[in-house]
Amino acid sequence: MSASVWIILLNVFGVLIVTVVLAAILTWGERRLLGFWQDRPGPNRVGKFGTLQVFADMIKLFFKEDFTPKFADIPVFILAPTVVMATMLIAFAVVPISPNIGVTDLNIGLLFVLAMSSIAVYSVILGGYASNNKYALLGSLRAAAQTVSYEVFMGLSLMGVVMLSGSFNLREIVNAQAEGWFIVPQFLGFFIFFIAGIAESRRTPFDLPEAEHELTAGFHTEYSGMKFGMFFVGEYLAVILISALITTLFLGGWHGPILPPFIWFCLKTALLICLFILLRAAIPRPRYDQLMKFGWKVMLPLALLNLLATAGILLWTA
Amino acid sequence: MNYIFYLTSAVAVISTAMVIFHKNAVHALLYLVTSLLSVAIIFYQFGAPLAAALEVIIYAGAIMVLIIFVIMMLNQGDASVAQEQAWLQPHTWIGPALLSAILLIQLILLVSSGQISASQSYHYIGPKQVGIALFSHYILAVELASMLLLAGLVGAFHLARHRKTTIEE
Repeated sequence: MSASVWIILLNVFGVLIVTVVLAAILTWGERRLLGFWQDRPGPNRVGKFGTLQVFADMIKLFFKEDFTPKFADIPVFILAPTVVMATMLIAFAVVPISPNIGVTDLNIGLLFVLAMSSIAVYSVILGGYASNNKYALLGSLRAAAQTVSYEVFMGLSLMGVVMLSGSFNLREIVNAQAEGWFIVPQFLGFFIFFIAGIAESRRTPFDLPEAEHELTAGFHTEYSGMKFGMFFVGEYLAVILISALITTLFLGGWHGPILPPFIWFCLKTALLICLFILLRAAIPRPRYDQLMKFGWKVMLPLALLNLLATAGILLWTA
Repeated sequence: MNYIFYLTSAVAVISTAMVIFHKNAVHALLYLVTSLLSVAIIFYQFGAPLAAALEVIIYAGAIMVLIIFVIMMLNQGDASVAQEQAWLQPHTWIGPALLSAILLIQLILLVSSGQISASQSYHYIGPKQVGIALFSHYILAVELASMLLLAGLVGAFHLARHRKTTIEE
C-alpha cells in the first residue's frame, strides 16, 4: 500500500478511536468537574485522582446482566442504542481538526452534520417505544418534541455563518475565519446554536426526556449493561461533536497564534466541553412547557432576525 | 460507481416492499426510513448533494419522526398486527398489483427501446444553483408553497389555541 493510503487510514481510525476514548474519559471528567464545582470530591478512589474510574465503570458495564425485557419489541430495542453511537461517530467524519487532519472534505459538510443529528433522534424515540414502558414512552415523547423543535432554529442559526463564508464545506468555513472569528459578527448565531446544541444532546438544563425525579430515567429506563453504556457514551459523543462544531463554525477552528493548529483546536473544544459541564452544575431544569415555549417564542424569532440582519448587511456591503 | 447505484437501488426497492408487507407499523416505518436514506445516497451519487441532504434532514429526520411520534402515542400492540394480517389478503392487493405490473412492463419496454436513455450525462448541481433556480425561475411556486404553509400554520394555531377554561400556569 502506498503512503497516502496509510495516511488516510490513520486519519479515519485516529479520529474514530480518539473520539470514542475521549467520550469514555469524559464520563470520569464530568463527574470530577461537577464535584469540583459543587464543592465535593467526586470519584477519586480508583487510581491517581480517580483516573482509572473509567476502567472500573467499563468492567462494571460489561459484566452486568444485559437484561432485555420480555415485553419489549426486541429488534428495535437492540437497534435504538446503536443509532446514536453510529450517527454521532459518522458526523465526526466531516469535522476538520487541523489543516491536514480530518477524515473527509464533503462539499455539504454542514448539512451532513445536521442530517446525522436529525437521524440520531431515532435512537431516543425507538428506545422509548421499544421499551414498552410508560416512563420510557413519556421520556421519548418529550425527546421527540424537544429535538424536532430545537432542530428548526439550530439549522437557521448556522445559515449566517454559511452566508458569511459562502460555503457549506466546513474546511472552507474555517479558512474563511483566518482574519476574524465568526463569533464576532455572528454572536447571536453562536448563542442560539449553543443552546440548540445543549437541547440536541439532551444535557441539563434540557434533559427533560430523562428527568430522573419524574420519569425514573426516561427513555432508557429499561436499558442495562452495554446498551445503556451506548446511550451514555452517545450523549458524551454528542457533547464533543457540538463543541467541535462550535469551534469550527464560530471560534475559527484551528486558527490561533503561536501554538500549532491541532493544539488550538483541542484547547477550544475542551473549553467548550467544560462550559457544557459547568452549565449542568449551575443551572436547574425548567418545566417542560417552559422549554417548548422558550424554543418557539424566543429562540426561533431570534434566529430568524439574525438571518434577516446578516443577509441585509451582506447585501448592503456587497 | 455503477455497482453502488445498483446496490443502493436494491436496498431502496427491498425496503419499500417491506414497508408495504410488514405488519408492525413501527417496523414498516423503519424500513421507510431506510428507503429514504438509500434514495438520498442515489441523489448524492447523481450530483445533487443538496437534494440528498434535504431528503435526510426533512423526510427521514423530521417527517418520519413525527409519524413515529403519532404511532407511539396511539400505542398499538399485537391487536393492530392481527388487524393488518387480516387486511393483507390476496383479494385486496391483487388488483393494484396487476395494474402496477402493467406500468412496470411499460417502463421496461420504454427503457429497453432506448427512448429514455439511462445515460451518464448528468451534471453536478450544488446548493447555489438550486437556490438561484428557486428564487428566480420558480419564485412563484416558492411563494405559493409558502402561502400554503402559512395557511396550515394559522390553522394549526387556531386548533391548538388556549381556551379560557384551561388552567392558567
